[in-house]
Amino acid sequence: MTAPSGAAAPTEPAPAQPGTDPDLLYSEPEEDLRAAVRSLLADRGGPAAVLADLESGRAYDTGLWRPLAAGMGTAGLLVPEKLGGQGASAREAAVVLEELGRAVAPVPYLTSAVLAVTALLGCETDRPEVTAPLAALAAGRGVGVLAVPLPTAPGTLPEPSVRADADGLLTGEVTGVADAAAADMLLVPADGPYGYALYAVDASAGGVRVAPGVPLDLTRVPARITLDRAAGRLLAGQDTARAAVTGALLTGAGLLASEQLGIAEWCLTETVRYTAQRTQFGRPVGSFQALKHRMAALWLDVASARAAARNAADALATGGPDAPVAVAVAQAYCAPVAVRAAEECIQLHGGIGMTWEHPAHLFLKRAKADEIALGTPGRHRAALAELVDIPAP
Amino acid sequence: MTDRTRESGRLDAGELRRRTADLLVSCPPAETAPLDFLRARFDAGLAWVHFPQGLGGLDAPRALQVVVDAELEAAGAPDNDPRRIGIGLGMAAPTILRFGTDEQKRRFLRPLWTGEEVWCQLFSEPGAGSDLAALATRAVRDEDGTGWVVDGQKVWTSGAHQARWAILIARTDPELPKHRGITYFVCDMTDPGVEVRPLRQITGEAEFNEVFLTGVRIPDAHRLGAVGEGWKVAQTTLMNERVAIGGARQPREGGMIGVAARAWRERPGARTHDLHQRLLRHWVDAEVARLTGERLRQQLAKGHPGPEGSGMKLAFARLAQQISGWEVEFLGEDGLAYDDWTLRRPEGVDFTGRQAGYRYLRAKGNSIEGGTSEVLLNIVAERVLGLPPEPRTDKDAAWKDLPR
Ligand SMILES: Cc1cc2nc3c(=O)[nH]c(=O)nc-3n(C[C@H](O)[C@H](O)[C@H](O)COP(=O)(O)OP(=O)(O)OC[C@H]3O[C@@H](n4cnc5c(N)ncnc54)[C@H](O)[C@@H]3O)c2cc1C
Repeated sequence: MTAPSGAAAPTEPAPAQPGTDPDLLYSEPEEDLRAAVRSLLADRGGPAAVLADLESGRAYDTGLWRPLAAGMGTAGLLVPEKLGGQGASAREAAVVLEELGRAVAPVPYLTSAVLAVTALLGCETDRPEVTAPLAALAAGRGVGVLAVPLPTAPGTLPEPSVRADADGLLTGEVTGVADAAAADMLLVPADGPYGYALYAVDASAGGVRVAPGVPLDLTRVPARITLDRAAGRLLAGQDTARAAVTGALLTGAGLLASEQLGIAEWCLTETVRYTAQRTQFGRPVGSFQALKHRMAALWLDVASARAAARNAADALATGGPDAPVAVAVAQAYCAPVAVRAAEECIQLHGGIGMTWEHPAHLFLKRAKADEIALGTPGRHRAALAELVDIPAP
Repeated sequence: MTDRTRESGRLDAGELRRRTADLLVSCPPAETAPLDFLRARFDAGLAWVHFPQGLGGLDAPRALQVVVDAELEAAGAPDNDPRRIGIGLGMAAPTILRFGTDEQKRRFLRPLWTGEEVWCQLFSEPGAGSDLAALATRAVRDEDGTGWVVDGQKVWTSGAHQARWAILIARTDPELPKHRGITYFVCDMTDPGVEVRPLRQITGEAEFNEVFLTGVRIPDAHRLGAVGEGWKVAQTTLMNERVAIGGARQPREGGMIGVAARAWRERPGARTHDLHQRLLRHWVDAEVARLTGERLRQQLAKGHPGPEGSGMKLAFARLAQQISGWEVEFLGEDGLAYDDWTLRRPEGVDFTGRQAGYRYLRAKGNSIEGGTSEVLLNIVAERVLGLPPEPRTDKDAAWKDLPR
């Protein structure tokens, strides 16, 4: 490359290139895992059953969570075997999330098995304060959540809204914590004698109040956590705690792309099925080119979203330096695809799509909430601007 | 009321202002019951000034309605809550005016306008949505030949639970091709045989309904237009429906963009460059849609209707959806919350009401109700651009022989 005279020195670094070639396919064990999860979800009755169950007032579908998390061991996919997990990787967890997205399953997988587990893995994993809860979550015994607002993006760690005193008693409030009402254990970032630190708090401890709100997405409910001198166990302080939380958010955001892919896939598949069979003007509405092209364009977006989501999962699995770029790309791309697929699903179903009894709205609500979760596409584009050196004007 | 200010026969703005002032003197809003005021306003011809005298209007140019509305609003006069009676105002009234008998106009228009009687639209059926002319609800002459007996099922009927009357289309001759065997009626929703069941929607509420019609008797005096001419009559309703949904006159920053702009001003902490750029794009689109509507109105006032009317509902639906989606995203954590999922039966349709999540979900219907955006685009392509139509196999076959 020859630089014109007067241009910057030719030694200036080119934008980061992915290290090794990412593996964007699914392995055979991954496909087996998918088949097992899909058949479990089908046994539970799919989106129609989710809909029927929604207003039960339960925090999540325990009847699904137990066989999924403990029975099949998916809760421990990210955890090394010596710490009580399956010793798999983000690639396998991504496959689980694709299926959970496709079923809009109301289970705390992203929050407990991904966010909370990764946060614990970022702490010193030779200390019993860390290994005990980690082993419990990995075995699907109990649910843990990382107490940060769901919209928090990986690069923008907020100052904690909770204070710790010298005795490890925590006071403060965190809003918008997804699945908190389902949690047995809260991982709470707090400011205190150790600076920024991460504490474990039993959800049933004195001084802990968890108040779920009325959510847009009925399948993943954010709650407000209020702590009033609640007893916390120190998990990590200072840089370790920051890195643990940032790492959890990065992994969460990267794997959320797979959930979004699953949502988009269901919406496309179901729309194709319905429009091929619904007749108006004496022919299937799917035979109108105006609709055909829309669905074909959506197919292209879903195929692209799959590549982006796989890339993020692979980068997280290999722990390469490209992970932040891969995650930002996946989130910036997949979140809008999921929303659009759900919006198209409703539109192309016509009036039926606007009704409560058709499950399309569950996917729309999940897709829209997922667009906000762990950083909006705009925030991920902004993060990318820094990462690949395309500075804002 | 028969005097006219100019020989040309058209009232001008000054004269309308004088008549509005007279109304305010004879019925001071502060001392008059709202319903009495509305009735007096109708009788003064100030309800819809372009309607004929005696039917709520003064044969004045439609564009002058704003003069009256502004004066009355400034004086604190009650309004007739168009959100609740939108179907009557937007669809039933223009159809009755064009196709109704004098008797029907006198019977229906006044209580329709004052809101004493709410209307709904019994058009769509489970098997006939976009292809409305495929409808299967039957109307058969009754034994003594003075009326009709109607059987069938309608669906997505907004406001049927509040309605006193419905505009209804039904098949009166299955031997004819689908467009020609349809007749248009006014249906009394309190008649035995009319059963209204709530249909819950994506927002959690039940704004629309399923309506079952079993042996419903409709007198022939409640037929609108000739037997077998129902499709032509329905076209008037549908055209007006599209204008009613997309064509409301807006001030700058009216409607959904106003809500979004307010949210932006109130929450400096949530701003990002990305959201700023997108909001401005929406703002420009909304302003241009408003100007397109204004231009259309000016063309109409000069007697040169332009084809832009067909585009207004399309633009409205797209804007409502994009902006409400933007707003949910902008609100971030608050966007993850919803106000209330309890099943309720809203008093009226309110596109910009409640909170961001509701607006986002309700706006999804804007591109479906009153004709989907896809169908409207087909209409623009074929009727405005003159492109060749889709091949049609079902046009000339008898309805009874069509595959269903
Ligand atoms: C909120 C709401 C309120 C409503 N209120 C009323 C009411 O008060 N009274 C009433 O009678 N009806 C009402 N409707 C019904 C509405 O008019 C119909 O839903 C609409 O006409 C679409 O019909 P459908 O639902 O059968 O969809 P379908 O006709 O089955 O359409 C399915 C999909 O195919 C597409 N499609 C169909 N034909 C074509 C074509 N030729 N070319 C390209 N694409 C095509 C459609 O655009 C849509 O995306 C309401 C609907 C909603 C959502």
